[in-house]
Amino acid sequence: MTGLFSEVFLSALLFGAVTAAIPLLLAGLGEQMSEKAGVLNIGIEGMMLAGAYLGFVGAFYSGSLWFGFLTGAAGGVAVALIMALLCVRIGLNQIVIGIALTLGLEGLTALLHHFQFSRSYPRLPAADATVIPLLSDIPVIGPAFFKHHLIVYLAVALVFAMSYLYRRTQLGLNLQAAGDKPAALDVAGIDVIRTRTIAVLSTGALAGLGGAYLANVGAGLFIPFITNGAGFLGIVLAMLARGRPVWVLFGALLFGVCLSLTTAMQVAGINIPTDVIQMLPFLAVMIMLVLFGRRASLPAALGIPYERGAR
Amino acid sequence: MSSHSSPPADISDIVALEGVTKRFPGIIANDSINLSIRPGEVHVLLGENGAGKSTLIGMLSGLQQPDEGRILVDGKPTPITSPRHALALGIGTVFQHMMLVPTLTVAENLLLGGSWWQRPRTEELEARVAEITSSLGITVKLHAKVSELSLGEQQQVEIVRAMVRNSRLLILDESTSMLTPKGIEELGALMRRLVGQGLAIVFITHKLKEAAAFGDRISVLKLGRKVGEIPPERFRALDEQEIISEIVELMFGKQKDDPEAAERPIRTVRTEAAPLLQVADLAVAATDNAPGLSSISFDIRPGEILGIAGIDGNGQKQLAEALAGQRTATGGSVRLEGAPIEGLSVGERRQRGLRYLTDDRLGEGTVGTFPVSINFFLKQVGAAPFWRGGVEQRAEIDRRAAELVREYDVRTPSLKTPVARLSGGNIQKVLLARELAEGAKVVIFNKPTYGLDLANTMASRQRIRDTAARGLAVLLISTDLEELLSMCDRIAVIANGALVGTVANADDARTRVGRLMIGLAA
Repeated sequence: MTGLFSEVFLSALLFGAVTAAIPLLLAGLGEQMSEKAGVLNIGIEGMMLAGAYLGFVGAFYSGSLWFGFLTGAAGGVAVALIMALLCVRIGLNQIVIGIALTLGLEGLTALLHHFQFSRSYPRLPAADATVIPLLSDIPVIGPAFFKHHLIVYLAVALVFAMSYLYRRTQLGLNLQAAGDKPAALDVAGIDVIRTRTIAVLSTGALAGLGGAYLANVGAGLFIPFITNGAGFLGIVLAMLARGRPVWVLFGALLFGVCLSLTTAMQVAGINIPTDVIQMLPFLAVMIMLVLFGRRASLPAALGIPYERGAR
Repeated sequence: MSSHSSPPADISDIVALEGVTKRFPGIIANDSINLSIRPGEVHVLLGENGAGKSTLIGMLSGLQQPDEGRILVDGKPTPITSPRHALALGIGTVFQHMMLVPTLTVAENLLLGGSWWQRPRTEELEARVAEITSSLGITVKLHAKVSELSLGEQQQVEIVRAMVRNSRLLILDESTSMLTPKGIEELGALMRRLVGQGLAIVFITHKLKEAAAFGDRISVLKLGRKVGEIPPERFRALDEQEIISEIVELMFGKQKDDPEAAERPIRTVRTEAAPLLQVADLAVAATDNAPGLSSISFDIRPGEILGIAGIDGNGQKQLAEALAGQRTATGGSVRLEGAPIEGLSVGERRQRGLRYLTDDRLGEGTVGTFPVSINFFLKQVGAAPFWRGGVEQRAEIDRRAAELVREYDVRTPSLKTPVARLSGGNIQKVLLARELAEGAKVVIFNKPTYGLDLANTMASRQRIRDTAARGLAVLLISTDLEELLSMCDRIAVIANGALVGTVANADDARTRVGRLMIGLAA
């Protein structure tokens, strides 16, 4: 038990928490954007899987993590295109299509992986960390937060970029109007379909990037079903964050700690069945939902396809 | 139909409609409408619900396209393809339902519609808004959230928004419907100032007094057709009383080619008989989306048909539901054959003989996916002889259903057909059969012929007359004045949830009811 509270253990725990939080953060930010614009994006799990698979393949064959992130984001966008076409343009049910996309991508990525790598699971080399001078020398905090891959810092910066987007830009206004009162946006002369399409495609890019990070940096390999519900956790985060990107960050870190604890407790050899430990993050979700779910405010037109002049 | 044609499009028109027709499945919303809209003029579009006003606005604001005819802007035929296009042409619309995003501030709402790559130009907007509001003598709280503003304030924001966009034509759709009397006065004054600045205004209303007070030119719509126009020259020549009586004639006057016109049959109501239904001081609290009822009192004798006239949405449905027990009354008494029933449940009232035919035939009236046969007995589910020990008695249900289908002439492929597949008229027959079945004493009909074709309308009306002739008391709620005039013994008028007057259905009833409906004394 002494090992549990050692400095090394604690910083490893927090380091793991950040690593686990980044995919959730990206998924949550992406989902938040879709929901702001009025599209409930249940397909985000599928988009993350597409991103994880294509991101891994891109990085594996090119040898570049950054190229992997690019192909991962592209994979997410490709799935989002289907979602945008079916749910935004044609106006089909967002929940049904979202579930179909997730299930479809689960099967497809597993199948493709099997064709490509048979039953082997090739690994990528460990990702290079960008060590931030001075800050990384702080005990515990330093190695936990300031020795990550560059994309981690970029993802955190994205939180503030998103805040600025929602508060200070024309696009932010348009997105919020598309979700809260699309008819008002339409009569203001802005195409609701286009605005929502932009949001869904951005979601795809962010989710794809999140998936690529999960595979390439978090795990270093791709295995079928690797996202293991990360996309759904992103949906919960977006719902609880009430439209504020910073809250997505806090929520993602909290879930990250839970996920990291799962590994850390196993490593520490604490005598609890692993199945129970693995329930932790999802237990945390339920507790969060019970505590804050009631106050979650969702856009008025969430999930409702827009049709001009519908009576 | 000489009165339908208006003077040919003038070069001074900002916007002109020529023979514009718009159809929706089953109805003609607009039937070759001609309209000319000029700068410096308030053009009032007057008509009841369903007259086609909103469709007309939809076409002017780019939400809908006409099926026939054309729209001229500055004398040139111009299809208005989208709301953005309408704005670019200088046509700004204040819709009946507020088109502001409640979660954004006023300033943010006014900024909606800018190019997405731009930063919102807040300073520029503030200067522009200050200029507009000071010239109009109003104030707008730019930094307040829209959800915190009153409806009147929201409306002013919408008008300012149209001005910020340099609109030349401002369309106000039922803008007074949600305002207080003071708010209406202020809006009227604001309209006068706007046309003073050379703007053209189209003002849609169904309230005659507002039309006469704020308008320069009045067009009257009825069932999708333009039935008359009072041009400014004539408008100025008449005094308010003459204008009003002319419009009453246009709105409620009988058309000669009306196939529904039927002479009122002479029926004798036994005035000495005790009333079957007595309602005294019935009151219902208002809810967020429905007006309340206050001091509703009336009696209906056996064999009598009492009509409830009024513009739709003035408490008709609330009245029907309060009587049927579906809505909680906050005061007053309802007596059936002298016995109080206001404390009874829906089922108990039905048991006693009070029946309600809803206007929402597919929503609350029937279960669309259930077969015709079951729909006949929806209100008796679980009761013998159709159910025994909780088990459906298929043979008994089918036997009785077959009788009702024959008796009420329901045209259905089979008893097993889901009721939603039937036409509106046949669904209504199913409802009639169900509600008029054994034990009925008082029947409430809410808009019984709404949406039905002529043949079914006539059949339903005959069925209602027969009901009264059997000695039942009938309450007939309808927005169709012709229908009430052709069937009722007396007509009460409902406005804002209160009965504003009752008129015996004699020769001058049409005018008197019409006057009550638009807020004048009979």
